[in-house]
Amino acid sequence: MTNTLLILILLTNLRLLISSRIHACVRWVAAQGILLGLLAVVGRQADITLLGILFALFTAAIKGWVFPWLIFRAIRESEIRREMEPYVGYNLSLAIGLAALGVSFWLGRRLPLPGLPGPLFVPVAFFSMFAGLFLIVSRKQAVTQALGYLVMENGIYLFGVVAVRDEPLLVELGVLLDLLVAVFVMGITMFHIQRDVESLDANQLTQLRD
Amino acid sequence: MSVSGLIPVLAALTLSPLLFGVINKVKALVAGRQGPPVLQLYYDLLKLSRKGAVYSATTSWLFRAGLVGGVAAVVAALLLVPLGGTPAVFAFRGDFILALYLLGVARFFLVAAAMDTGSAFEGMGASREVFFSALAELALFVVLAALAHGTQTGTLSAMLGGVTPELWRAETPSLALLLIALVLVLLAENARIPVDDPNTHLELTMIHEVMVLDHGGPDFALVLYTSALKLWLFAALVVGVLPIHDGPPAAAFAAGLAGMALVAALVGVVESAMARLRLARVPQLLLGAAALALVGFLLLAAG
Amino acid sequence: MEMLLHALLLVPAAAGALAFVWRRPGAARFLLPAGAAAHAALTAAAWLVRPASAHPNWLALDDTGLLFLSIASALFLAAAAYAPGYLRGRDRDARTMSEPLFAGCALLFLASMTLVTLSRHFGLLWVAVEATTLASAPLIYYHRDARSLEATWKYLILCSVGIALALLGTFSLSVAGEGAGLACLSVDELVRRAAGLNPTWLQAAALLLLVGYGTKMGLAPMHTWLPDAHSEAPSMVSALLSGALLNCAFLGLLRVRQVVVAAGLQAFDAGAFLVLGVLSVGLAWVFILRQADFKRLLAYSSVEHMGLLAIGIGLGGGGPYATLFHALNHSLVKAALFLLAGNLLTAYGSKAVEDVRGALRVAPRTARFWLVGLFAITGFPPFGVFVGKFLLLRAAVQAGRIGLAGLLAVLLAMIFIAMSARMLPMVFGPAPGNRSPVRERWGAVLPSLVLLLISLALGLWLPAPLADVLARAARTLGGAP
Repeated sequence: MTNTLLILILLTNLRLLISSRIHACVRWVAAQGILLGLLAVVGRQADITLLGILFALFTAAIKGWVFPWLIFRAIRESEIRREMEPYVGYNLSLAIGLAALGVSFWLGRRLPLPGLPGPLFVPVAFFSMFAGLFLIVSRKQAVTQALGYLVMENGIYLFGVVAVRDEPLLVELGVLLDLLVAVFVMGITMFHIQRDVESLDANQLTQLRD
Repeated sequence: MSVSGLIPVLAALTLSPLLFGVINKVKALVAGRQGPPVLQLYYDLLKLSRKGAVYSATTSWLFRAGLVGGVAAVVAALLLVPLGGTPAVFAFRGDFILALYLLGVARFFLVAAAMDTGSAFEGMGASREVFFSALAELALFVVLAALAHGTQTGTLSAMLGGVTPELWRAETPSLALLLIALVLVLLAENARIPVDDPNTHLELTMIHEVMVLDHGGPDFALVLYTSALKLWLFAALVVGVLPIHDGPPAAAFAAGLAGMALVAALVGVVESAMARLRLARVPQLLLGAAALALVGFLLLAAG
Repeated sequence: MEMLLHALLLVPAAAGALAFVWRRPGAARFLLPAGAAAHAALTAAAWLVRPASAHPNWLALDDTGLLFLSIASALFLAAAAYAPGYLRGRDRDARTMSEPLFAGCALLFLASMTLVTLSRHFGLLWVAVEATTLASAPLIYYHRDARSLEATWKYLILCSVGIALALLGTFSLSVAGEGAGLACLSVDELVRRAAGLNPTWLQAAALLLLVGYGTKMGLAPMHTWLPDAHSEAPSMVSALLSGALLNCAFLGLLRVRQVVVAAGLQAFDAGAFLVLGVLSVGLAWVFILRQADFKRLLAYSSVEHMGLLAIGIGLGGGGPYATLFHALNHSLVKAALFLLAGNLLTAYGSKAVEDVRGALRVAPRTARFWLVGLFAITGFPPFGVFVGKFLLLRAAVQAGRIGLAGLLAVLLAMIFIAMSARMLPMVFGPAPGNRSPVRERWGAVLPSLVLLLISLALGLWLPAPLADVLARAARTLGGAP
């Protein structure tokens, strides 16, 4: 069960790399958030508390419903274009993603975590972070950069949930706080970008340079 | 060398046209039509072989040699592919690489014959075919490498025979990914929807069909027969990854044949449910198949 | 003395919250300097009586923390004294940030920086660094135009990614600690049980935190947000960003370094510190060479100095001591320069180096201090920066890295030439279009003067308490006196 969820998360990352529509991307990120919430419950079968389950469900609700809703709203209100507008083509993105996947598995071997529920946790977590980082640097629009940030945070959450077993609630709180505030502030900024620059294209934010 | 391995080859030689019949029947049934008889391709082959052939003045011996070379290469590849638990005629370490290259040889002959006509259309088709095949080959290679790693063997017969229900239970996700990738390769290599539409006759969108426009009569019959054999070969690979090789040899072989029919029916359903992709999206689909196969490989390697 | 710790945090936080609620410009004009002065007074009290802590695993004031707290507090006082005049002088329109909002964010920024210096727990430290990002982002967006928005967006997205990596590093640190049966990420606990930490995960954590907090600190090649944010923010915010915020991120690195040193792994990430440091210095030189914007010039100079700090940590031996001393002096001088840059911006209405000519005639006091600041920041004796750089080079030679010392000496000389070539013409020559002299209020130049004087004094004479604090802090970082 955990493995299947992890593989699904891995596949959503790959799908995000080749997706050309922002709407589809938001939905995939939402799906990933829900998968993560499920994983947080299933992945810690033995030592899970009621509070832990509640937190995991809360995470799933925030990532799978609140954030996508916020981003969809930002897209609707700013009338931005619906394409991802990559700097790096989709096929090359996929190839880079696969290379990153290989590196992630290699890292997973180099950094063994004692007492893990499965061998896939660390590689998938690292891969999510790589994919998120890559989305941030390789896509032009501000919205898609924010999406990349969410994917990256998903990877960190995944890592934290299994790695920091002593203080799982601390992890959830930390990541959620980080995300909530970041998305909130980024959302406000995106709104201003739309109002003042009349486009959510980070590519147009190029006045400052040397 | 295994004499019993001749049984799958004989089955391929006699039954492969049936696959097209099943596909078309399923498509017709889904669409609510009566559809052509299941044996239609046999009738077509018979009809075409009785006709005379017409050759363009610009073609050379290469045009005719290409057909024979193509069918020979595919039959040679079939000698390496097991079916339903019956090992292939030949099995040696790394034979799957030879099988892949034999398919490449078949493609080379087909492309050479197409180029020999000197027609722009056929050249275009050849270019597309080669490009997409190169991508499909990548995916196929990764799938076979993953299977070799997963079963710790080096021959096609042992690899496909080694995909047991136990292995499926232990490695469900990765084998499922490999299976999906393999089906995608099958669809691409055999010019099926969503990569190519076997029914289309608009040259601008065709890939495979456009290459054989200049073949007629018995030559065209050979072309059709070769593609039926090729479909059989890929379907045998797909069936090989299914966990149906248990039990007595006869039962397993019967299960293998049933699997072939199932694969053909699946292709029919896919063709009914999907539209052809834009040409520009095809490389993405094939790269996606390679990606899935690679993920499956990594999962097998990590697990 | 538990009270003192809490007061240090609560006074600016409460003043900031009050500024948000009590939205009258008059209130903001009172709250900002009052909060700054109270905070400075509390910091001075902490020098006299070191406050003990009831929760030493979470909040406490150690030597390193005290040093950086003092820097932040002093700079904030200078910026608060400078702010009212500057804010009045700039043409305000309906779009610029309202004064209560500015004062509130600035005070919360101070509170978050104080939390960074006080936190003794890696989780809390991370939250505090994150808080500094969020509190300072609105300040960068002060002018509410496309350029400042771009700077803010870059700042947010890059620092968020950095901070996310730092979170990952914090998690890795906790994994490293599990072998020793640790349940908490307290700096003291980790240092005490350093020998039992899992070395692989500790190394991973150190690298991730170096990249994460290094982004916030402006180390090349993660520095790209820095020149934008520093040039678009109003000058007193630039001064705080450069002088105080970068140091806070650096403090995060120092905390990790403390654990790494205690675990005996200092050789492991020394190379990473040195590479990032040299890269920062070299890149800063390249971008200073042809810089057309004098605030960006100062920003790249900050990248250079952050690089020097990283090099000092990587060197070990006398390096950490030199680094800490240098961090102090750089903050003082750079803040002074940014405040003076604000005066030039007000006088000329342009950030372009080309537009500012003959400042000695237009704004004589600012111009003179600008000149002094130039010599101070590029390391002329007898300023403190000179002593810092000298100690750094000596540490490099003592560590047997003659090549590195030579390279640094050459780069520093090149940077001096490049900065002089850009900054000297601004001061001398005739003013463009016979611009008449502007009236310079003392409020606009006095803060810079005081900061420069402190740096001058530090170059000549080091007070014993400060010397003790520096020496003790350096020892925790693997430095030999």
